Amino acid sequence: MSNIGIAGMGWVTPFGTDLQEVWTQVRDGVRPEVKTLTNPETGHVHRFIPTPANAVAHLSRNPRLRRSSTISMLAVTAGLAALENAGSTVAPDRTAVVFAIGDGGVLYTRKFYEQIVKQGANAASPMLFPETVYNAPASHLAALLGIDGASYTLVGDSSIGLTALHFATELLETSDDLEQIIVVGAEECDWILCEAYATWKLASIPLAEGAAAVVLKRDARWKLRTHPGASFARQREASTALASVLTHFADAKIERVISSANGTFIDRAEASALAAYFPNIPTIALKKSLGESPGASALQQIIAATITGKPVLVSVIGFNQQANAAVVG
Amino acid sequence: MPATEHSQPRRVVITALGVVSPLGIGAVENEASLRAGRDGVSPVTTFDVSKTRAKTTGQIGKLQLAKRLHPSSQMMIAAAREVAAGNPSFSPELIVIGTTSGGMSFGENFHRALIEKRHAREAAFWLANYMPQKAVLDAATDRGWSAPSQIIANACASGTNAIGHAFRLVRAGKYQRILCGGYDALSELVFVGFDSLQASTPEKIRPFDKNRTGLVLGEGAALFALEEMDSARGRGAQILAEVTGYGISTDNHHLTQPHPSGIGPRQAMERALADARRAPAEVDYINAHGTATAFNDATEGTAIAQIFGDRVPVSSTKSMMGHSLGAAGAIEAAFCILALRGNFLPPNINYTEPDPAWSLNIVANTARDARLRCVISNSFGFGGTNATIVLEDAP
Repeated sequence: MSNIGIAGMGWVTPFGTDLQEVWTQVRDGVRPEVKTLTNPETGHVHRFIPTPANAVAHLSRNPRLRRSSTISMLAVTAGLAALENAGSTVAPDRTAVVFAIGDGGVLYTRKFYEQIVKQGANAASPMLFPETVYNAPASHLAALLGIDGASYTLVGDSSIGLTALHFATELLETSDDLEQIIVVGAEECDWILCEAYATWKLASIPLAEGAAAVVLKRDARWKLRTHPGASFARQREASTALASVLTHFADAKIERVISSANGTFIDRAEASALAAYFPNIPTIALKKSLGESPGASALQQIIAATITGKPVLVSVIGFNQQANAAVVG
Repeated sequence: MPATEHSQPRRVVITALGVVSPLGIGAVENEASLRAGRDGVSPVTTFDVSKTRAKTTGQIGKLQLAKRLHPSSQMMIAAAREVAAGNPSFSPELIVIGTTSGGMSFGENFHRALIEKRHAREAAFWLANYMPQKAVLDAATDRGWSAPSQIIANACASGTNAIGHAFRLVRAGKYQRILCGGYDALSELVFVGFDSLQASTPEKIRPFDKNRTGLVLGEGAALFALEEMDSARGRGAQILAEVTGYGISTDNHHLTQPHPSGIGPRQAMERALADARRAPAEVDYINAHGTATAFNDATEGTAIAQIFGDRVPVSSTKSMMGHSLGAAGAIEAAFCILALRGNFLPPNINYTEPDPAWSLNIVANTARDARLRCVISNSFGFGGTNATIVLEDAP
């Protein structure tokens, strides 16, 4: 069994960044503030869950981040908090970054393409384009920490956080020169993202801004078991995919499950698979409190599981790619 | 499932490849184009370029494998079918693929329809097929492969990162068989993006030339059956090449510009050679990143000259096919394997005048015959990400 575990964690959520305070709000069933975004083209109004404005304010004057998108600010905030929580210093050649991303820098991407369509290609701003690239947030975090070795950005559906966690675990296991990996996931909101998920009928609960990060080390404080996941091509195959992953955790003494239920097809598929392997285990649907944040949600589930201090199964079914699970504790 | 881990590193081989590029569909067409030094760049036909400086790109002809699918899916399916034809018993335990923009043009369709206030009945279809994982799933489904996937989006180094990471996993005994590679399809947003940065050129792409004026974009896909050598031999699989080293580095100088010293590329190449336990003198060919931008070629040329001097033949095959971003590293790895197997050096076309900033052994304009045993392929990207892999002839 792997000796890789979680040494530290940090997050940015609608309830703020304090690990214990956010968990208390979640446990007590507090609902976050919901705001609206209006699609100026159609007038459609979409609900979304913001993070507190002051959560990333400390980064606004950082020269590297002064033109960066919200998603980079969120990612860097969570990453730095996780390192602080781990009590880690960063040896640039012995630390890696693995970044999980669902939809990327949608704010700048939307603005950039809008300029192309409305004003013409010759009016599109070169200031915006670099921040549309998926690995921009990871690049900013690596630059702030001076990391000169491995930095990977992984993209995928809302299961991407667990994919990144497994990727990082294997990277650490196969890299003797690395001593720690910061695994970060983040998501920013824009009206076009809300419009897209609504059109796709995958927005039962509001999309949310957010980020989460964990520091992985050998022989770390919190034990972690990960899995590469199981792919599915159709929604009706999602439950079977998750069940095939849960088989590998059937021996785990689980006291709680933190699920990815979000009011869509995922709920039934996940419940069915969990009932087969972990019946009667208390289950928490974290997204009821923190919203759906495709790039960040799975890692937020991992952090919530870690905070409980108990053996917890984190279960995730993504929108259209993979189902996965992990055990913390 | 992951294989049992062994304490001894395993040897990692490529047992099949599939490649779709502006130079051809499949290995045979691509090798013929490389040997002929064919220019695969042509005027853009898929969107309006009247307001951009650049007007050309390396494009794939219509594949028409599955009419409704995004071109990314079509290219990936074509590459996967070639892999399956080359190694029919190959069934991956894991899929590791690089891309930068997935099915971006379908996202553009969705956005444009909103702006133009058109009710698009295809909107949900575009969204479902726009995400980067869709082309990977489509290719896997077409072949009946059901392995989990990891999609690396490390900008223009993505394809090389995917091969390199997969190599490390097999070498460590985590898996026996991984499908890896990269893909990217042309999109208006990305085309205009590079144009806005004045990184792309309205002229010919001239890597390492004194008079280079920028890159030309391209598209394509390449996939590889990566296997643990003993397992592959046990199944009687043909071995095309061996992967022996991988180096990755991050240059924190700037989001879009490399450090002028060339430290990022240099570290990636040095780490890859150390990983392969090869000295620079043992390298027979370098497939350079060679985008033909002022910044890239200056830093890469400097780094190559520092490590290898002017002995090792160097070419950028982007001179023939353009820069296919997340697919580039994968396609260029395929070209390296074709070169290793065919014992030839792919040319760096449109090369007219050496840059006096460094002295490199450029394979200028025409392919050359050469006995190749060990080659390296470089890929560098936005965000300061750099990757190099070492490929060697079949053991």
